[in-house]
Amino acid sequence: MSAALEVRGLTTQFSTRKGAVTAVNDVSFLVQPGRILGLVGESGSGKSVTGFSIMGLIDEPGKITAGQVMVQGTDMRGMSLEEQRKMRGRAVSMVFQDPMMTLNPVLRVGDQMAMAVRVHDKVSKAAAWDRAREALEIVGIPAAVERLQAYPHQLSGGMRQRVAIATALLHRPAVIIADEPTTALDVSIQGQILAEVRRLADETGTAIVWVTHDLAVVSSLADDIAVMYAGRIVESGTAAEVIANPRHPYTRGLIDSVPGLHEPGQDLPQIPGSTPQLANLPSGCPFRPRCPRATDICATIPPNTGTEAHAVLCHHPLEAT
Amino acid sequence: MLSYFITRIAQAIVVVFAMSVIVFVGVFAIGNPIDVMIDPGATQAIREKLIAQYGLDQPLVVQYWTFLRNVFAGDLGTSMVYNIPVVDLVFSRFPATLELVAVSVLIAVGVGIPAGLWAGYRPDSIGAKLVMALSVLGFSVPTFWIGMLLIMGFAVELGWLPSGGRGDEATFLGVSSSLFTPDGWSHVIMPAINLSLFKMGLMIRLTRAGMVEAMGTDYVKFARAQGLPDRQIVFSHILRNISIPIVTVLGLELGSTLAFAVVTESVFNWPGVGKLIIDSILQLDRPVMVSYLIMVVILFVLINLVVDLVYARLDPRVRLKGGA
Amino acid sequence: MPEIIAENIAAVPSAPPVETRAERLRNFWSDFRESWVAVGALIVIGVLLFLSFGAPLVSPQDPYDMAMLDWLDAFLRPGTEGSGGYVHLLGTDNAGRDMLSAIFYGLRTSFVIGLSAGALALLVGIAVGLTAAYFGGRIEALLMRIVDLQLSMPAILLALVLVAMLGQGIVQIILALVVAQYAYFARTTHGAAKVERGKDYIEAARSTPLPTHRVLFKHLLPNVLPPLIVVATVQVASAIALEATLSFLGVGLPLTEPSLGSLISNGFKYIHSDRYWLSIYPGLALMLTVVAINLVGDQVRKVLDPRNSR
Repeated sequence: MSAALEVRGLTTQFSTRKGAVTAVNDVSFLVQPGRILGLVGESGSGKSVTGFSIMGLIDEPGKITAGQVMVQGTDMRGMSLEEQRKMRGRAVSMVFQDPMMTLNPVLRVGDQMAMAVRVHDKVSKAAAWDRAREALEIVGIPAAVERLQAYPHQLSGGMRQRVAIATALLHRPAVIIADEPTTALDVSIQGQILAEVRRLADETGTAIVWVTHDLAVVSSLADDIAVMYAGRIVESGTAAEVIANPRHPYTRGLIDSVPGLHEPGQDLPQIPGSTPQLANLPSGCPFRPRCPRATDICATIPPNTGTEAHAVLCHHPLEAT
Repeated sequence: MLSYFITRIAQAIVVVFAMSVIVFVGVFAIGNPIDVMIDPGATQAIREKLIAQYGLDQPLVVQYWTFLRNVFAGDLGTSMVYNIPVVDLVFSRFPATLELVAVSVLIAVGVGIPAGLWAGYRPDSIGAKLVMALSVLGFSVPTFWIGMLLIMGFAVELGWLPSGGRGDEATFLGVSSSLFTPDGWSHVIMPAINLSLFKMGLMIRLTRAGMVEAMGTDYVKFARAQGLPDRQIVFSHILRNISIPIVTVLGLELGSTLAFAVVTESVFNWPGVGKLIIDSILQLDRPVMVSYLIMVVILFVLINLVVDLVYARLDPRVRLKGGA
Repeated sequence: MPEIIAENIAAVPSAPPVETRAERLRNFWSDFRESWVAVGALIVIGVLLFLSFGAPLVSPQDPYDMAMLDWLDAFLRPGTEGSGGYVHLLGTDNAGRDMLSAIFYGLRTSFVIGLSAGALALLVGIAVGLTAAYFGGRIEALLMRIVDLQLSMPAILLALVLVAMLGQGIVQIILALVVAQYAYFARTTHGAAKVERGKDYIEAARSTPLPTHRVLFKHLLPNVLPPLIVVATVQVASAIALEATLSFLGVGLPLTEPSLGSLISNGFKYIHSDRYWLSIYPGLALMLTVVAINLVGDQVRKVLDPRNSR
């Protein structure tokens, strides 16, 4: 059986006045049905652009320049624009960060969801509303019929995000890209949504790519983790393995700076320096200027020095334990 | 909320009153209308009799007081040129202006909004740039000059359309209008296009700006992520959102359309209120000038008031700030 | 830790980054140059300014000098030689006036009116806007309500009323235009000054014993200037267009003092005979002027818009 989503050598560039900037650089990963991949990185690491690239929603001046996006074994990049559009919402779907902004403020929730149903399935309006109600019930929204009649501003942030997730689920897609969907929510609501998403992945078999900067969230939610830095995936493996046994110095630094994953009573260490600008990256390993282990050889792009199951792009990886 | 309403309405009344004084005093500072009215050979006695008849020998304050009392009685005076009550005069001209304004708004909306949507959908395309260039022309080139070009092209050179005036009227459902006859349409189409150009430019810019902004929003990206085709996103999602400011501006623009009708009606010799006011200014027909101006002031104050009050209802933050 | 010190220094409230005046001009020009349409428009304006203010030097005839006009030269077609012994490139009008000369002189009147009305309206507007923004409270409420009311009325209507009250003539027209247009500047000044006022550096300047006028002119004004420049270009163009419209309607300037508007108005009478040159050429000159100024203004707005800086 083919993977729900397989990304191979994906590269996305933006043309600017100063030349092409590579936001996503030779990114490859694989998500099996029902599994959750945590795509972790700081802002500007290219993780969101990766999400939009998978959806085929990169606008000018951006362009996917290389790679393949295989959804259930078929390459989306080989399709016409119209075929790609028909894949969106049906095979791959997306949920955004800010639930306050993702719903159209002047349309009723039900109308928006029914539109999403009817764009792929030729059913009556009433049937579409019925499908929308079912979807709301699946994500645990009480009194779904009334919610459908509501306008977005009449719902709370958490409720709106559930509506967005329900909308993404309408056609039971193979893959959902979730772009920091809990970042804008209260911590308690965040917990509920995470539990809901975990349950949905298990029950529906939908593969989820969970894009986030929050390592604490993915460590409890994801099955696998891929860490992005300056457009590349620098470390990837199962969540348990990467968290317990990080081998890239950057991943190590990230884990050390998360309060929950750290021993209490000590100062939180921070990674020195700041995220590099994609427009002027250092040559070789982009983490080199901030890395305590950097040597001369780091001026060349590092190969995978780990295993296939736990890949690391580093000349001097930390010891495997 | 109620106190805000009362403050705003009180302010509006003060403004109307103040403007009426300014207009009255201002207009009465111009020349002597009697000289225009009568034959230069008339005797001094006839002159003085006429001056007394129109109350022009009274002090300004008394004249204003008389005027104000008459206004409240629904009497805006009698035109010195046409010798009929101003109210009747203005109302007899009003339907013509209304026809012109209605057709021009239809044209502005019917052309401006689709053009703006298109220009905003592909802002970097050649076509979009062309549309924007045309909207700059609509904004900046004086109305009367475009009107003149239209006449030269379509009336004088090509002879397709009449160069001015209003066409035959017909009565339909008890309403008499020139829009019910083909002749009427052949007369109204050119002045209406002329009057619509400024608003069309405005509509294009407004729609384009709204479209460009909407294309970058999350709700549009979300709709695209659901696989909705762009056409449906534009018509079902975006248009609903940007129609709110567009309708607001159209409402506010109603007043300025009446004002621009002054120019268009003069160029096309259209027998509306705008032509009336220009003629009355040129002929020093004071009662008509004063009445028209005060009616316009009231109209503008009313439009402003309605917009303010509607916004206060929609946006609680305005209410909290109070009646500034 | 020198880095932290440097960061703290950067955090001290200060006016936006200081560039020397020459640098700012150079940057402005290099951004402006990016649109060849705007550069072309600027050149057109330069040429028109030269032709209009140099009218006595470049035009073949003084159209004001009745002694030089010959009735026999009336309605000559463009390109015909008249009794003066030279070719009337754009023909002559009903009084035998050389249209080319009349357009140059008319352009001069239009520029004089547009520029002086624009400049005066700018000054009045700045004064009103700064007063409102600086003092706040009741003064602000009153001034801005008047400004808002005026803005809701179209300038053409206001100018029409004022000209009707003040009578005809250049000074009266300029006055009417100033009253009709100052509100745009007042609104812009007030808006920009309010934003600047909220910033820390103005608060800092206010808390020092600097006199009011120094805060206003040294600190506030330079920062509200960019949006004002944009409004000013647009308003000069619209002053020229307004004057032409008023003259066309017959309430502006008489034909003895020809502006472009009165020339067009005069030509309009002959629109049904085929004497198109009486109205077309002054109209083209007017359109060229107004559109060129607007195109330049558009580009200036794009360049000065902080959202466009990359």
